[in-house]
Amino acid sequence: MNNTISIRVADFLRRFPPFNAIDKTDLENLAAEVSIVYRDKGSAVFQTDEAPHECFYVVHKGAVILNNKENNSLLDKCDEGDIFGLRPLIANENYKMDAFAFEESILYAIPLNAFRPHTQKYEDVGNFLIESFASNTRNPYSIKEKGQLVSGSVAPKITPTNTVLFDFQQVTYSKKIVSCTKTTTIQSLAERMTKRKVGAMLVLEDKLPIGIITDKDIRNKVATGLLPISAKASEIMTSPVITYPKKMTVAQAQMAMMKSNISHLCLTEDGTVNTAAAGILSKHDLMLTLGNNPAVLMKAIKRARKIKKIKLIRKSIMNLLQGYLDQNIPMTLTSRIISELNDACVKQVTNLSLERMSSPPPVKFSWISMGSQGRSEQLLHTDQDNALIFEDVEESELANTTKYFLKLAKHITKGLMKIGYEYCPAEMMGSNPKWCLSLSQWKTAVSHWIANPGPEEVLLSSIFFDYNLVYGEKELIDQLTEHIFEETSTYPIFFRHLASGALQNPSPSGFFRSFLVEDDGAHKDFFDLKRRALMPLVDAARLLILSHKIKSINNTAERFERLAELEPNSQELFLACSYATKALLKFRTKQGLLHNDSGRFIALDTLSKEEKIKLKRTFKTIKELQELIKVRFMVANLLG
Amino acid sequence: MGFFKKRKKDVHLPDFWHTYAKSFNEPQPDDINAVRFVVLDTETTGFDYENDRILSIGALSIKNNTIAVQDSFEIFLDQHFYHAENVQIHGILRNEGPNCISELEALQQFLSFLGNSVFVAHHVGFDKNMINCALERHGLPKLLNTFLDTSVLYKKTLINSPLLTRKEQYSLDELAEKFDISKRDRHTALGDSYITAIAFLKIIEKLKKKPKFSVKKLLK
Repeated sequence: MNNTISIRVADFLRRFPPFNAIDKTDLENLAAEVSIVYRDKGSAVFQTDEAPHECFYVVHKGAVILNNKENNSLLDKCDEGDIFGLRPLIANENYKMDAFAFEESILYAIPLNAFRPHTQKYEDVGNFLIESFASNTRNPYSIKEKGQLVSGSVAPKITPTNTVLFDFQQVTYSKKIVSCTKTTTIQSLAERMTKRKVGAMLVLEDKLPIGIITDKDIRNKVATGLLPISAKASEIMTSPVITYPKKMTVAQAQMAMMKSNISHLCLTEDGTVNTAAAGILSKHDLMLTLGNNPAVLMKAIKRARKIKKIKLIRKSIMNLLQGYLDQNIPMTLTSRIISELNDACVKQVTNLSLERMSSPPPVKFSWISMGSQGRSEQLLHTDQDNALIFEDVEESELANTTKYFLKLAKHITKGLMKIGYEYCPAEMMGSNPKWCLSLSQWKTAVSHWIANPGPEEVLLSSIFFDYNLVYGEKELIDQLTEHIFEETSTYPIFFRHLASGALQNPSPSGFFRSFLVEDDGAHKDFFDLKRRALMPLVDAARLLILSHKIKSINNTAERFERLAELEPNSQELFLACSYATKALLKFRTKQGLLHNDSGRFIALDTLSKEEKIKLKRTFKTIKELQELIKVRFMVANLLG
Repeated sequence: MGFFKKRKKDVHLPDFWHTYAKSFNEPQPDDINAVRFVVLDTETTGFDYENDRILSIGALSIKNNTIAVQDSFEIFLDQHFYHAENVQIHGILRNEGPNCISELEALQQFLSFLGNSVFVAHHVGFDKNMINCALERHGLPKLLNTFLDTSVLYKKTLINSPLLTRKEQYSLDELAEKFDISKRDRHTALGDSYITAIAFLKIIEKLKKKPKFSVKKLLK
């Protein structure tokens, strides 16, 4: 029976091999047999030694991890369109690996019995399966294939750090060739290189590469005055072009670049200059394949034209972070680099969102992040907390301007969600009309919070006052900051309320210095690292630094370091706080990477004795800090 | 004498109704993965229970977090009532296609698909009343199922925070936005029921994590 849903399933499958080889009617009939399976993050699809299901799976949305249970090593990660769990079905043997949802996922389960006829009817489908089993890859046509087994049974023991594997991985190159002809002027080709953000351009004649022009050629032959910018491409190009076949491994490409001392390889269909150019491989592409360099990632982010691409880059960022933590690189440096990269992702999402608007912004605006992102403390995927400020406009224009920015903010928050920042459950996002305001509206709002500091207002201030500019005009932010300090001088009582708010966090340890764990909900018996240990430090740092009228420092550890300078009397305590903050953040990040979540909740029984002692030591510092605040801001009176 | 009266009335009910009613002798299982949910959406000529009519019913079944495409339901109904202004929304023209069936035939097919499953829809009251009114027109009793409303369930997933202003109503479009569900085939009965079904799966997963979740309470 065909219906709206089976057609929808068929339309998805058609985009991926081997289903692209099946004709429309057959595919729609196959789709009608499919089951749509929903798996929450972390739940299993099948487990080692389980009897094979009657169907194999295609990832529709999300990602699935295949794990070797014996040595707990990652075999593969399947993204949208990838097939898994097929081989055990055909071989009729039990599963030899665990498959579980890495993110919340929707899978299409395809019954083997319905699929089998197509492997015989369509040669391409049969070949695809034979090839993928023979080459042990999920998709033999995929150029980014890492040579890892997917749906099969016994896997070669591969760890992600295996560099040999990387070397024999096939290179990924840019297939969108930026090219010109012999007669193109240098000025126009340089303009195009700038616009497309590439460092090399091919000179083509009848689709065949006859020369290549790189940044270096322009620098050496034009900028030096040797040739005018009106000269022709043919005058500065390097010719003949050194060409290579388009199927080459990372190791081969590196060798080729070293041998000829060039930074761009021209790839053609058969590797000679007599066939059409297939693409250009730059040193940058190579580095990206190896993916362990922040500068390369940064460039890749700025070049990304699609949200999906940014999502992939963010995965590399997470690998980089893991590497830094493994190598024990100082947390201050790590968090700065990772936050820079995360910020760049948000910026690029904003850029792409702006392009999607039908007109440029009517007035200047700033996109700010708040909370942990504003403090550059969240290194992992997290909820988004953000807001938008735009320049004041005439009363009559306000409605239209707000409408424009709300639409923009909607694009941005949606894009952020796609790259892994979940929507804020309290809707503190620029797409919420309450968080998308003009400068004077914002001023009115913060004045209200400061003059009437009830519990809600204090909470709002504590989230909002850690704002950090991500995109747009710095001036708007500065004006707002100035306004905040004016207001807090007028209402000094505000600090006392902020202080009492900072002391509201539940205590980390009980009477006998035992950890206090959560007693109900999904995190029962877990230790809430964020609420019980990090928040008291964060809240205290904000309060103290604001009372010194400093807004430029948002990071909690750095705030404490600054406070240590400002108040020599309490220097020791503040430095201890700074250290504790960093230790806790590292702890949280490690736990988060381990469990693919925000790292907020910790299962205490997984900690080593040493780790527990380390944690407890920070609690002592927190206690001392809270005493200081109690005395300084006379909170006792207020609470009493 | 009420007992006798009821029996007498029963005699006039068609066989398909008896089969449907009998299915309720089975209690719902305690394991949520064993419960069959039917997620549906109806497209109608308007919002008036008395005068408007069902144009089409689309429904999917969920069991064990899985939607079987084969176990889905899509029918279009013959129209004697026809409001031109509504065509713009759902795009169903009067007597669309050769596959249109009569209202009674539709009810018969639908009841056999539905059985004793849990009836899920977005703003379920509307779909329930629309179908009950159709049943009444044919002298049949009201639906016997347990009803769940994704709009109400969604509100239960929201955090309790003074900073979050809850809305009275959340539309299906809002849910699709929140959960990043493609809005393809929106305003077709089966397309909407697919969106509702995915949202329902996500909502249930969220609710399961809440401290006081129980299947019995959910299906009360």
